[in-house]
Amino acid sequence: MAIFLDETSRIVVSGITGAEGAKHTRRMLAAGTNVVGGVNPRKAGRRVDIGSATLPVFGSVADSMASTGADVCVLFVPPPFVADAVVEAVDAGIGLAVVITEGVPVHDSARLWAHAVAAGGRTRIIGPNCPGIISPGRSNAGIIPADITGPGRIGLVSKSGTLTYQLMHELRDVGFSTCVGIGGDPIIGTTHIDAVEAFEKDPETDLIVLIGEIGGDAEERAAEFVRANVSKPVVGYVAGFTAPEGRTMGHAGAIVSGSSGTASAKKAALEAAGIRVGRTPSETAALVREVLG
Amino acid sequence: MDLFEHEARELFEKHGVPVPRGRVAADPAAARSVAAELGGPVVVKAQVKTGGRGKAGGVRVARTADDAEQAADDILGMDIKGHTVHRVLVTEASEIAEEYYVSFLLDRAGRTFLAMASAEGGMDIEEVAATRPSALARVPVDPLTGVDAMTVAAVFPADVREEVAGVVEKLWEVFVAEDCTLVEVNPLAHTATGIVALDGKITLDDNASFRRSSSFEDPHDGDPLEREARARGLNYVKLDGDIGVIGNGAGLVMSTLDVVAAAALDAGARGPADFLDIGGGASAEVMVDGLTVILGDPQVRSVFVNVFGGITACDAVATGIVRSLEILGSRATKPLVVRLDGNNVAEGRRILGEAAHPLVTVVATMDDAAREAAELATAEV
Repeated sequence: MAIFLDETSRIVVSGITGAEGAKHTRRMLAAGTNVVGGVNPRKAGRRVDIGSATLPVFGSVADSMASTGADVCVLFVPPPFVADAVVEAVDAGIGLAVVITEGVPVHDSARLWAHAVAAGGRTRIIGPNCPGIISPGRSNAGIIPADITGPGRIGLVSKSGTLTYQLMHELRDVGFSTCVGIGGDPIIGTTHIDAVEAFEKDPETDLIVLIGEIGGDAEERAAEFVRANVSKPVVGYVAGFTAPEGRTMGHAGAIVSGSSGTASAKKAALEAAGIRVGRTPSETAALVREVLG
Repeated sequence: MDLFEHEARELFEKHGVPVPRGRVAADPAAARSVAAELGGPVVVKAQVKTGGRGKAGGVRVARTADDAEQAADDILGMDIKGHTVHRVLVTEASEIAEEYYVSFLLDRAGRTFLAMASAEGGMDIEEVAATRPSALARVPVDPLTGVDAMTVAAVFPADVREEVAGVVEKLWEVFVAEDCTLVEVNPLAHTATGIVALDGKITLDDNASFRRSSSFEDPHDGDPLEREARARGLNYVKLDGDIGVIGNGAGLVMSTLDVVAAAALDAGARGPADFLDIGGGASAEVMVDGLTVILGDPQVRSVFVNVFGGITACDAVATGIVRSLEILGSRATKPLVVRLDGNNVAEGRRILGEAAHPLVTVVATMDDAAREAAELATAEV
């Protein structure tokens, strides 16, 4: 079944004519993803050749949905324009918007999130500044490499792209139901809790891997959610124990402020909720194997 | 990016937030002339991006222009928690009746903004929050409709409520128009001449610099290696260990620092020397830039290059490492431990093996590579 994305998903790519959009559309198609078209307001009506596929370009997400029945939009739109593009996708009523764009102003993220909530919450937003979501063997919406691993029974949610790839690689023989990269920005759409809640309900997921990093208290809140609501085993990992206070570590949201947002506090909260936490990515993978037996 | 107080004050002025008259000065003579211009008693304040400058002697009241010059002379060059004072802000001294607190910030959990206000300003607001939480109002702000200033101002005495609400509106304007992640006024003073922002802190959202007209780049800001890295467009944070770290992806690099710190503890090395995220590409050019900055750090004794080939295949990364060592030539002086994993790893390792560069050791796992780098950092030269 997987979560949020499966073989029935029909994907349009916003920014398909740009270099990144084209490159990753090719990769998505190669992974067997059902990409049905692209969106670019300035190139509506054209067709683009991507690999062996020829895809229609629409002027809006609304038009693409009307013509193709698309229900997922992956956005590779530059930061100055991405908020308006997401707002348009939300207004069109798309089910899932995956915002890959890095460097989105946080006021824009707050605005697009408020807009999605005001529109009734019918659009799930993943990102911004995220690698996207993959349900191996079924569909790939974003930039996560599809050739690391195949389908299996682990669900993974992470703030970090490369740590997602690392864990997928370490557990490649086990396989994954769905991996969700939620991004490391301070304001994001889908959270750890949203993904964990969906994995708990997914009959094809047996174990959940939760990867966090310094900044904010999303991991602490996820820990509390797991304690109260999750029956499946959860294995955690947190990056950034060595991060100095007050410095942004790559991701805009990865910052320890005073005594809050530290990796130690997150690890302690996860462990207090009964979640086993690895000290390194490989120890985390070993814990997963141990729990799966 | 955090702004200096005088820069925050500039943005307040631009948006009509009342501030005391004054100007920034870089030397005692300039401080003197600002004080003379203002007339009457002034406050001379060290401009540093850290708290606690009052306790450190970085804030002085001066009765005369002579006093102001002396105060500036004492404060300039002072070291406050590792920050050297390069400028002072000289403002007119205010008769303060009451001190309030107002801020706008991100509410990460609520995925929105938050206004905070208290009639008990002037002190550490975290202490107010901890000891008397009811004295600190927290009002969520909808990004689509903006702040309801009267709701925020409800926490203040009735006689000033409307005037403070006016200032709150202006501060919200600063927060939105300048793309801030924090606007904090503490104290917001009730003085004989009205409500005045006596001290302010602003953090700008670096992601919004493409649409910001004013630039606040500080030539003295941060470590020299960080400035060089910034100029090269690298995502680098200087730390104080002896093992240089290069990796791809913020999460993986943070994780690498943790693994290196643990290995350093075991080996008797000092720990990671930096955070450097070279992103997905890891081209030869970026490798050269990264290695140049890291090898420019005299504390570095070994370097750990930790790359997971996701989008970029490991053979491209390996080629990047080999080429960058060719380009650096004799400037590459420290041992490099390389761990590659992921897409096309066998070919990547083959390329590094074939190049057989005397400084490069290839190690299969992240944990073993960190141990190797830590041991090399403690080895006798």
